[in-house]
Formats: sequence, C-alpha cells, structure tokens
Amino acid sequence: MPAISREEVAGLAKLARLSVTEAELDTFAGQLDVILQSVARVGEIADAEIPPTSHAVPLTNVFREDVVRPGLTQEQALSGAPKSEDGRFRVPRILGEEA
Amino acid sequence: MSELTRLTAAELAAKIHSRETTAVAVAQAHLEQIAATDTDVHAFLHVDTEGALAAAAAVDAALDAGQAPASPLAGVPLALKDVFTTKGVPTTCGSKILQGWIPPYDATVTRRLREAGIVILGKTNMDEFAMGSSTENSAYGPTRNPWDLHRIPGGSGGGSSAALAAFQAPLSIGTDTGGSIRQPGAVTGTVGVKPTYGGVSRYGLVAFSSSLDQGGPCARTVLDAALLHEIIGGYDPLDSTSINAPVPPVVAAAREGARADLTGVRVGVVPEFRGEGYQPGVVGAFETAVEQLRALGAEIVEIPCPNFTYALPAYYLIAPSEASSNLARFDAMRYGLRVDDDGARSAEEVMSLTREAGFGPEVKRRIMIGTYALSSGYYDAYYGSAQKVRTLITRDFESAFQQVDVLVSPTTPTTAFKIGERVDDPMAMYLADLCTIPANLAGNAAMSVPCGLAEEDGLPVGLQIMAPALADDRMYRVAAAYEAARGGPLMDSAPRLEPVR
Repeated sequence: MPAISREEVAGLAKLARLSVTEAELDTFAGQLDVILQSVARVGEIADAEIPPTSHAVPLTNVFREDVVRPGLTQEQALSGAPKSEDGRFRVPRILGEEA
Repeated sequence: MSELTRLTAAELAAKIHSRETTAVAVAQAHLEQIAATDTDVHAFLHVDTEGALAAAAAVDAALDAGQAPASPLAGVPLALKDVFTTKGVPTTCGSKILQGWIPPYDATVTRRLREAGIVILGKTNMDEFAMGSSTENSAYGPTRNPWDLHRIPGGSGGGSSAALAAFQAPLSIGTDTGGSIRQPGAVTGTVGVKPTYGGVSRYGLVAFSSSLDQGGPCARTVLDAALLHEIIGGYDPLDSTSINAPVPPVVAAAREGARADLTGVRVGVVPEFRGEGYQPGVVGAFETAVEQLRALGAEIVEIPCPNFTYALPAYYLIAPSEASSNLARFDAMRYGLRVDDDGARSAEEVMSLTREAGFGPEVKRRIMIGTYALSSGYYDAYYGSAQKVRTLITRDFESAFQQVDVLVSPTTPTTAFKIGERVDDPMAMYLADLCTIPANLAGNAAMSVPCGLAEEDGLPVGLQIMAPALADDRMYRVAAAYEAARGGPLMDSAPRLEPVR
C-alpha cells in the first residue's frame, strides 16, 4: 500500500503554495511514496524514552543592547521588490471579492 | 595557463606580500583561466571581473604604501558559493526565483573575506538552494567535473569544488548541510571542511535547513583551508547560533600535522560505512589511507556507530521539514520572482503560481516532504522520530570520542558518477550523502581530504575525518599529516583542461 496518494500530494502542494501541474502530480506521487517509505525507517529505533534533539548546540535566547544601529534604507529595502509604489511594496489583492 | 594559477593560496600570499608579484596579476591570471575553461566547466554563475580587479588593486595599493597585509591571505582570489549574499553582486542560490536579485547587504562571511583583502572572483554554481549532490539541480545548468567533463563535480557546492579543480581559484567557500562541502571535495580531489556547527556565521547565508547549514572553507591543500577557516570563522552577534568562543587553532594544527607524525593519535574506523553500495576502488583507497595513518604512528581501532545507518532517513525528514518553513519566505511579495500578477488574481494565487514557476523539481519535492512530515497526524512518526535518531547519532559520536581522537570513513560511497545517471532517482542521489550526514546531525566538525584515485576508474576518492565539536584542529592535524605522507596535493596529478578557443 502506498504511503501517500496522488490526492494527498495535491493537498500538500496546496498547503505549500505550489500550483503543480497534473503531470507533476503523477511524477511526484510516485517519488514521494518511495522517499516516505524509505525514511519511515527512523521509526525502527525511535523508542519512546529517547529525548528528541532539535538542534546540535543548546539554544538559549540571545539578547543585545537596545541601541540604534544602521539598517537598510527604504530605497534598499524596496530595491528587490517585484513592484513598488509610493515607497511601499505593491502586492496583489489580499481579500476576496466577497467581504 | 599561467603558472600563478598552479600555486597554493599560501604561496600566492607570500609572493604578493613580498611584492614578487601583485594581487592584480594574480587576479588577472585566474580571470583568464576562468575565461579559458568555464565554457566547459561552468563553475561560475557570475564572474565579477570589475569588482575582483578593484579589490586586488586596493590590496596592492595598501602594500605599496607600506601597510601590513590585512590578513595572511590578503590579495588571494576566491570563488564564493552563490548562497551567500553579496552587496551589489547577484545572488541566486541556483534558483530562478532569485534570478536578477541584487542583495542590499553582505553576508558576514562575505564581509570578513573583503576585510581580509581576499579577492572575490565571482559566485559559484550550486544545486538549487543547496538541495542536491551533483549540481544538476541548478536552474542554470550543471557544472562539470574537471577530471572528466561527463561527470558530476559533487553537490550542492559543485561550482566551488570544480573552480578549485580547474585552477580557476585557489580558494572557495561552500556550505554543508548534509555533505555539500565534503562530497564535492571528495569527487574533485580537493579539500573541503565543514567546521563545527556555529563556527562560521550563517548571517546572509540563504537558509535551507537552519539547524544543519554550515559554511566552510574549500581549497587544494589542508593548510590553505586552515588559513581560510581562521578568516571566516568566529563569533558573530548577528547569528543567534554562532559559538561565542575562539576559533580552534587550525592553522597551527595544519602546520604541526605537516611534520607527518601522528604518534599517540587514536583513529577510529567506522565499520558501518563499508560493504554493499561502496565502490571497490573507494574502499581500496580508504584502506590504503588507514594503513598510511598507522604508518604515521596513529593507533587504529574499529569503533562501531550502529545508529549512523539511520542518519540518512533522519536527515531526509529534518532537512526538508526545516526547508519547507525556510522557503516560505519566497512569496513573490518583497523580492525575487513574481509571475501572472494580472491585477485580477489574489496574492495567494500569484504566490502559488510564482513558486511553481520559480522552484525546480527537487525543491518542490523537499518542500512537500517537509510539509507532510510536519503535518498533524504524521509529526510524531516522521519528524519526531527523526529528532530521536538525531539524539542517538549524537550519543554514538560521544561514545566514540571517549575512545578515539578522530573517526575516519570514505567521504562518499562512489567516485564521481556520470551527469544524468541519478537525476530521475532521488533515493539513489541521496545515497551520495550517506557518510557525511551524521556530522551535520550531531553538529561536530568533519572534513574531506584527497585520498588517491580509485583503481577501476582513476577518479579521486575522499577520506573523511570527523572530530568532536570545537576540536576542528584535531582533524586538520591528521589531514595535514596524511596529505604530506600521501605525497602532497592530489590536484598536482589532475589532468590539465584544454582552453576553449
């Protein structure tokens, strides 16, 4: 039985904001199934009492002095924008037609 | 080919600092070599001729004015992986989604290179967002291995390794998330170092998997890598995971190692990294290397690390999970590509269409794997289990380093494979990182040093040396001793590329 169906892959693509094609879905479904079945091996040794490691070095919150330091200018910040207007990022509409 | 391009970084620096030659002449020699060979090799995505010559001229002016060199490598050229931001110079990460992006700031690594007077020749090709083991996942076409142009130069840092092997630069910078410095080093006969996690700043390194990503030095000799390591390493307040401790004394260790005496050093061989899937010529070269270490006075013992065989599946859950989150920033709003913004489509539609157009297949696969592994209902079985495996691998290392000073293995199971051979089989591609991943998961230091040629195909093999966290100097000492005993840099025996006219 496959670990993941074509419909599930379509759902993942939607969640990940990837507008994949039908042809890609066919390819990815098979490949993701092989990959997921292979990586599921981690369950063989992951006993309940083993603590998880999220990071190789222990993370502690890092603070700095609250002092003003140079940042990007408005012009620099907008320099890579696909579109800008009046010193701001211009983006496609965010709200739907129905309010 | 100018003979200047055959010299090591240390030799070039000596000639520049003594004014026997100039930084401009050295930069020009390498730019000419790039022009003559990069049509074939395609190591570079962007050559910054103007910036390189200006930086070299500044070094010459300072030296001519009687100033001391800004660093031991001032005036030496370098190839920078295109995953580090460079102010005013394009940075693409090998992706279409960043095509044409000019960063408004320098990465800390970039800044330190500039401050050290190192001449940045340009930006090197890579698998898109550093996801791959062959550089075939670059949106701008593959890089070719100078030892055999039909073969891969490793990945993701194939541009950085090929630039060294083609004598286009004596130094380069890579990043290693699962082996992307060490495996390219192994298959091109060059030296590649993954420092201890946190040893080199990640500020301005475009994130793939933040808990694993580590920038590091690449060179043709161990000493050159060490000299570069000390320049790029060290604490950076702009990176919250940067280690606030002195850089390990890697240059002194490399010089000590060059005396070729390893008496009293305990070397552990990892038995798990042998057997099925390992090319006989790779195993043969590795076993010869182990005997050479023994002849240098090292004590050799076998140290089982049973959980290492689970590193690959754990990595291919952890790295994609972190990537799926990190790559969410490519949303077509503030920088990078935006497509199909026709005024009618919503931001979400434009975002989905842009990511579809801008990302290649491997990036999409990994984002979806990560999204799956982090989704409720699957989290415990996949991501949660992978994090437990990470603990077990760290314990294997801890136990091993109570018994030995360093661990050794082949860097990668095979020599450079043919371009196209594994592109349709992601799992076969992933096996290239089998031996390198444990050190990323545990965060300790590891490097690859050239270990001769495989008997059946005459292609380079890499010896991986792994050391405990913050003991990077230990592996440099062993690597330098081995390099000296083996007969100097392997690249001295590499084929010379015919210039393209």
